[in-house]
Amino acid sequence: MLKFDAGKNPELKVLSLILVGSFILMAILSPRNFLKIGTFQGMAFQLPELGLLSLAMMISMLTGGINLSIIATTNISAIFAAMILTSSINPELASSGDGIVIVIAILVALLVSVLVGLINGILISVVNIPPILATLGTMKLLQGLAFIITRGYVISGMPEAIRLIGNGMILGIPVPLFIFVFFAWLMAFYLNHTATGFNIFLFGSNPVATFFSGVNNKKVIIQTYMMSGFYCGLAALVMMSRFNSAKAGYGESYLLVTILAAVLGGVKSEGGFGNVSGLVLALVILQIVANGLNLIGVSSFLTVAIWGLIMIAVMVIHFMTGKKRVQA
Amino acid sequence: MSSAFLEMKNISKRYAGVQALDNVNLEIQPGEAHCLAGINGSGKSTLIKIISGVEVPDAGSEIYINGSRSLNRTSIDSIHQGIEVIYQDLSLFPNLTVAENIGISRMISGNRKILNKKEYIDIARKAMNRINIKLPLDHKVENLSIADQQLVAICRALTGDLKLLIMDEPTTALTKKEVDALLNVAIDLKQKGIAIIFVSHKLNEVMDVAEKVTVLRDGIEIGCYPASELNSDKIEYLMTGGNFKYSKNEDVYSTESPLLEVESISKKDNYKDISFVLHPGEILGVTGLLGSGRTELAMSLFGMNPFDTGSVKLNGEAIHFKSIEEAVARGVAYVPENRLVQGLVMEQSVSKNTVVTIIERLLKPSKIIDHRKKENLVKDLVRDFNIKIPSTDAAVSTLSGGNQQKVVLAKWIATEPKLLILDGPTVGVDVAAKGSIHEAIKELAKKGLGVIIISDEVAEVVNSCHRVLVMNRGRVISEFSTKDSQEEDILKCIEMSE
Amino acid sequence: MKKLLKYHETYLLIIIVLLSIVITTKNANFFTAENMFDLLKSNSFVGIMAIGVLLVLISGGIDISFAAIATVSEYIMAVTIIRIGGSVLSAIAIAVLIGTLLGFLNGYLIYKFRIPPIIATIATMNIYYGSLMVITGGKWIYSLPDWFRSFAEIRLLTFLNSNGNPYGLSVITVIWFLVIIVAVVILRFTILGRSIYALGGNRNSAVRVGFNVFLTETFVYSFLGFMAGLAGVVQALLVQAVAPNSIVGKELDVIAAVVLGGASLSGGKGSVPGAILGVALLAILKNGMTMMAVPAVWYEFFVGAVILVSIGFSSYQDKKKSNNTAIIDVKEQESLC
Repeated sequence: MLKFDAGKNPELKVLSLILVGSFILMAILSPRNFLKIGTFQGMAFQLPELGLLSLAMMISMLTGGINLSIIATTNISAIFAAMILTSSINPELASSGDGIVIVIAILVALLVSVLVGLINGILISVVNIPPILATLGTMKLLQGLAFIITRGYVISGMPEAIRLIGNGMILGIPVPLFIFVFFAWLMAFYLNHTATGFNIFLFGSNPVATFFSGVNNKKVIIQTYMMSGFYCGLAALVMMSRFNSAKAGYGESYLLVTILAAVLGGVKSEGGFGNVSGLVLALVILQIVANGLNLIGVSSFLTVAIWGLIMIAVMVIHFMTGKKRVQA
Repeated sequence: MSSAFLEMKNISKRYAGVQALDNVNLEIQPGEAHCLAGINGSGKSTLIKIISGVEVPDAGSEIYINGSRSLNRTSIDSIHQGIEVIYQDLSLFPNLTVAENIGISRMISGNRKILNKKEYIDIARKAMNRINIKLPLDHKVENLSIADQQLVAICRALTGDLKLLIMDEPTTALTKKEVDALLNVAIDLKQKGIAIIFVSHKLNEVMDVAEKVTVLRDGIEIGCYPASELNSDKIEYLMTGGNFKYSKNEDVYSTESPLLEVESISKKDNYKDISFVLHPGEILGVTGLLGSGRTELAMSLFGMNPFDTGSVKLNGEAIHFKSIEEAVARGVAYVPENRLVQGLVMEQSVSKNTVVTIIERLLKPSKIIDHRKKENLVKDLVRDFNIKIPSTDAAVSTLSGGNQQKVVLAKWIATEPKLLILDGPTVGVDVAAKGSIHEAIKELAKKGLGVIIISDEVAEVVNSCHRVLVMNRGRVISEFSTKDSQEEDILKCIEMSE
Repeated sequence: MKKLLKYHETYLLIIIVLLSIVITTKNANFFTAENMFDLLKSNSFVGIMAIGVLLVLISGGIDISFAAIATVSEYIMAVTIIRIGGSVLSAIAIAVLIGTLLGFLNGYLIYKFRIPPIIATIATMNIYYGSLMVITGGKWIYSLPDWFRSFAEIRLLTFLNSNGNPYGLSVITVIWFLVIIVAVVILRFTILGRSIYALGGNRNSAVRVGFNVFLTETFVYSFLGFMAGLAGVVQALLVQAVAPNSIVGKELDVIAAVVLGGASLSGGKGSVPGAILGVALLAILKNGMTMMAVPAVWYEFFVGAVILVSIGFSSYQDKKKSNNTAIIDVKEQESLC
């Protein structure tokens, strides 16, 4: 249900235009390198892990919160799964029991991440800690835990089947892209077609009114952060598979990019508004810009700086149009 | 030459395509108490913002202070001119002390850089002495009662060379005693030559001290009248363009099986020994002043504020709700006092607001929202309650007060409640909407709902309800059957209790 | 005594004392003048930034970009003194000027376009840090002038330990103390200081009452920029080299320390002693772990646990407080009319 009617939603229209614009710009700047299947396949491999993490960030922002622990959650899940895999499976020698171990490892990764989400949810809704501090605390706790478990070393050597998740291709399309598209759809479905999804938006705008309407606010928050955790678990599997390893401290630079993607995609940082289509468009834009700049030999740090500028520009435009709406 | 302190001529202000003020005139003499009356959205607050320099009026507007024209005014200018506003939210700093709150604005307007504790405590003391009150200077404002906070705000206004004090809805959050104390302060200020503007959306105690009343409606000045010539009917007519005629509730209900039986319930520091019975189809009014425990009682029935002792039966079954969810599941609905914060999610759509209470019931067996059922239900409710909206996707914030309140009502009727509790159901609602809200309530009662209306507008409860309970300091002090009692009887009872 | 128990800082101090006692019983070297002076010196960097963060938090804002600002200021300062030369004073002047400018830009964006501070400063952090890395290529600088390096060794008080090695009050610690004094003066004795508290307490009221919100808001971010610039110099003095990637990533730790010290993310609350105690708690925790031979990998874990337990405790108290409804003076005797 990733449908979007660009004519109806002006924000999506603007994003679509930016998308087309950045695509054309990159095609002009680097016609020979950019317009190649390999480039798009490359993007299709990179987008999913950032995409899944951005979905995890987005849902927490919809409730007016934030989840700073997404990367730490992802790493700890990947570490648990990798430990199970590497301790029970020898990648050189396939054995019949491998399938079960792989399933267990995947389940453990998801279970750990959902559990972290549950803890975040309880800290925020029951203990009443502001989301930014609660998730900062769990972030530190999990980062520490990851270091304690791994002593800072890389856990590597995944079985072939696991490597497929992040590196395989079906019909020339990378497997992780399938995973991302399906779970982006699932998030959209969750937000638009379930009772908790419905409540998330209202809670994000005014938790007092939902409380007075008999909505179980605690349940909304706890489910939100569990869902956020679940998407971290998915990202953990994709990342672990792509890197063929797990380690404390992987992907830490993604944290701020997920917030950028959400804001660029139209998620209001105060909560209550945002949708998956906008986020996906924003992710594609970011990926095109990043890849295009990379192809023309621009340092990745300049890309980061440009993202910052885009973020400011988006917020200034929001401010200007908001002001216009009031004055018009 | 007029001797007016403030003279405003042809004040206009247009924003967002709406003419908030259209050629309004206002004249304030020194020592005069002036009432600025109008319902929500009449332009009162815009006018106040212009007087205080927060907003700039459109071209063609003229403002004179002591006879000389004042151009390009900012809020600092207006403070220098001796104009202070006490907003309804009081605009205090909860994390600062009483002395700081009172003394500091004076130090800023004096362009001071260094904080001199002795100086601001001195300023605060002097301000308090001017109206003969005493407040703990080193307490944080967040720990004071609303009435004391209001005194802090008045003292803050008094620290300068005050010429005009504007008070926005000063009495809404005060008990009777506190209102009297406030009025005494106002009279005192008048005698010192300070003019006062009271801003109000209803006729109340402040009219007794006012000499003149200016009425605004839809941004237009209806007129300026001597207060002595107005009564409550007349002023309502001026504010709303029509008089709302309450019709006595003559509907009958069956007294066979009671819906709600409340037996001597008590809650520490809230209320004590409350007992009453409510039948299906009956409308019960609860009135009393602020702080009488009426809202706390309602919240207990709605599961937010569980009672300590006593018993409550709903349809013969004992209930003791510990959460709102429980109460809603058992058929209790509560339309809260504060519509903007507690009642509605203002930025979100009418559709979402209408079904928030019943979203769990709109799920298919697969736990997925049945969107068609949802849309149809929203359409039905919008039609049934005659809610005027551009579309069901419009944000609630774009609706008028009356239509907003109808959305709140609709979202609770959607739960098919047995017991409907309404707290201040027609506050800030225009006449037409007021009538239709009361009609809707009566219709619901006819269908067998038990209704409790909490209101401080005695006319409202006397006419809409079958019976009225009067509360005071946590107790029910009297019960009236509206068939054989008049508004005056109840008013007298409330007054005597003070 | 009863009054003291009302303060968050009292509890923090008790925790620090208890922690110190535990560490001292395990390793007597902890509670020695040498270790204390050393802690004061090595934590001046975080301590200076914490003071800046404190003002931003009190005003109701937040800043994620200050570590990037510190890095940028530090780098430009280092390049300038290597190429042109100068003195410690001119080095500090360059760094704080750049820091203040970048901080002002944050404040300007936040005030002018009403961008939520967290979003605005995440963006500027990327811009500041990204640009620096692009321009410098992320190269480390080792060749700091000798006069700059030797400044770090200046002590205002010198003692000798049992091995005959000197230790004492470092000039770097003195810089931190000066910063603390400045912050205390601003917060307690100036109108500006009260404006910062007022802004954090109720922004709308601050506008209405006539506080200069533009000045106050840009001041706190510029002040943090100033402190970040100064911290950048201190970092270069402590490390004796400039590494562009050594500071970025510390921003959340500093914020955590200040919040531990009683500042609230919703603004209006916080004190200089609290912020110092917050920094001290985390510093002693880290130092104590080394002293007690706890593996360094446990540090992050303990920091997370300390944040959750201490903030959880106060948040839960606040929640209980706000649950109480209005108190009505219920009549004891029934009286009908």
